[in-house]
Amino acid sequence: MLTSRKYLTRSARFAAVAAIAVASTFGVAAQATDITGAGSSFVYPVMSKWSAAYAEKTGNHLNYQSVGSGAGIAQIKEGTIDFGASDAPMKAEDLQKYGLGQFPIVVGGIVPVVNITGVQADQIKLDGVTLADIFLGKITNWNDPKIAALNAGLTLPAGKITVVHRSDGSGTSFNFTNYLSKVNPEWASKVKFGTAVEWPTGVGGKGNEGVSQYVRQIKGSIGYVEYAYAVKNKLAWVDLKNASGNFMKPSADAFAAAAATADWASAKDFNLIMTNAPGAQAWPITATTWMIMYKTPKNAGNSKVAFDFFKYALENGQKAASDLDYVPLPAPLVSKIEAYWASEYKH
Amino acid sequence: MPANHAALPIDILEQRSHRDARHERLFRWLLKGCALIVLASLLGAAGATLWGGREAFSAFGWHFLVSSAWDPGNDVYGAVVPVYGTIATSLIALLIAVPISFGIAIYLSEVAPAWLRTPVASAIELLAGIPSIIYGMWGLFVFAPFFANHIKPWLTNNLGDKPDDGKLSWAAEHVPFVGKLFGSDYPFGASILVAGIVLAVMIIPFISSVMREVFQTVPTRLKESAYALGSSTWEVSWDIVLPYTRSAVIGGIFLGLGRALGETMAVTFVLGNAMHLSASLLDPGASIASTIANQFSEATGLQKSSLMALAFLLFVVTFVVLLIARLMLRQLARKEGR
Repeated sequence: MLTSRKYLTRSARFAAVAAIAVASTFGVAAQATDITGAGSSFVYPVMSKWSAAYAEKTGNHLNYQSVGSGAGIAQIKEGTIDFGASDAPMKAEDLQKYGLGQFPIVVGGIVPVVNITGVQADQIKLDGVTLADIFLGKITNWNDPKIAALNAGLTLPAGKITVVHRSDGSGTSFNFTNYLSKVNPEWASKVKFGTAVEWPTGVGGKGNEGVSQYVRQIKGSIGYVEYAYAVKNKLAWVDLKNASGNFMKPSADAFAAAAATADWASAKDFNLIMTNAPGAQAWPITATTWMIMYKTPKNAGNSKVAFDFFKYALENGQKAASDLDYVPLPAPLVSKIEAYWASEYKH
Repeated sequence: MPANHAALPIDILEQRSHRDARHERLFRWLLKGCALIVLASLLGAAGATLWGGREAFSAFGWHFLVSSAWDPGNDVYGAVVPVYGTIATSLIALLIAVPISFGIAIYLSEVAPAWLRTPVASAIELLAGIPSIIYGMWGLFVFAPFFANHIKPWLTNNLGDKPDDGKLSWAAEHVPFVGKLFGSDYPFGASILVAGIVLAVMIIPFISSVMREVFQTVPTRLKESAYALGSSTWEVSWDIVLPYTRSAVIGGIFLGLGRALGETMAVTFVLGNAMHLSASLLDPGASIASTIANQFSEATGLQKSSLMALAFLLFVVTFVVLLIARLMLRQLARKEGR
């Protein structure tokens, strides 16, 4: 008994020494460079996947905090992080004032989802005006003639429409309300757009998860979530009429088409919200997240690693992005971003 | 030993008493410091939220307290909806939790067989330790759908002013307010009532464990005298145990109320988060804590300041509630003629 305990102690001590040795080895490797970013929760899943792959390849670690776009912008303004990430672009004058630059990193789609008995995904079609009227509380029943006019051949049951929106401030809401503002003048004047707005009707779910859950629970409901959540929760999504008049299914190709046809050329600092994009095959509620960095960085070493990471993400991270139902940026846009890096940033 | 004592030179004794006095002073300062930390953090937190909310208060003035708007699009904010939601959900929680907790505590201290008391009491303490997010998940995934499918239809049809068949029930027609309180045409569970019920489940362990502890302090002599005079268990509980422990019981209730007022995650999940003022308990609403939790991360400028102002109002609401409790206790003590 005594000897075995002694033996145990000795082996425990050996294990501890070994653990410290291993830890210090890794410690040295980790000291390569740790960069920190914070902001949008929209990109968090793909950021963590990219950073794991990037760390494996280079030994540089990225610590990304999904604290919300507003907090990300606040932190980069204070200079406590190497880059911020926001679902809404910063205004040109703010960028100028703080010496910041911004560029998109990945594209995602936002889809309206419904819970109507007997209606599957892709069966119901809406256009922007009607969608906004539903969210304004002006269309309150699924058998409304305006909905029927868009859905010849589909008989919708009479039933009250319950609107489900985000209760938390979010980039998803920002892009969704931005789209409604672009297509419906009443929405634009009354509710406007932003990460949070005063919803004229409905119930608020916290996060994409909360909205998905409410839509699943409530018969006759309509909400909006990121595409990945609609796929994961098997929600029935709505086909939307885009700016060129075509009814589109949400898909990676349709999101990419929106990113490709958006008018980036005339957008200084990529300050362009690409909802209601003009392309014939574009999904109308397509969103991106902007990375925000100092043009003259305080910590040049970290900034260099951050650019290396973004380069890796844009050029080699496509598969990771599409696995998570994001859409990699189209090639012409990537080269435009790399040109922007070269001309605007000192690194 | 006195003989030894007397042998010590007088100056040593004096030194010792000086040292003791010094230690005593030091100890007193330390204690005072501990107590001051509480005061400083309270004032600091209240001051910080008031300072953070100064923009909102100066922009809206008293309108902030009476306006039901919460419109980030047009940058207009008012506190009525979240303040109402906070108070309404907490009151519902108390209405449900207090009688049930009283029952639990009386059962455990008076009625239950001895072998059952300890396990149930520990179970209650375990319940008190469950993180609130778990109650929130349970509320969202289990209770709210159940409520929407089985309880809410009955309430709206039998008590509300908007029944499915359009025929008002007797209660909705004749009892004031009932129709409004239970009328709703939202077909889902998340609502002020559900949030109140979930909060009640959360605070029952707090209130009942405090009640049980203080009920056990009632001298057996008093209870046995009452039983000997022919009192029933109910009479002993109501006329002997409760009056004896009244102030501690009220303290326990306010501990629960304090938790209900500030509860964030669970309420955010089941309150529905709609910034609309509705008389109905079955409609979704918002509370101060849930509004802050929902919007703080993305808020900037005036919206952020308004959220800070809301946080300050939560301080004020809690303070007023505690003040009322103190006054109530004083009133009770005076009635007792002590």
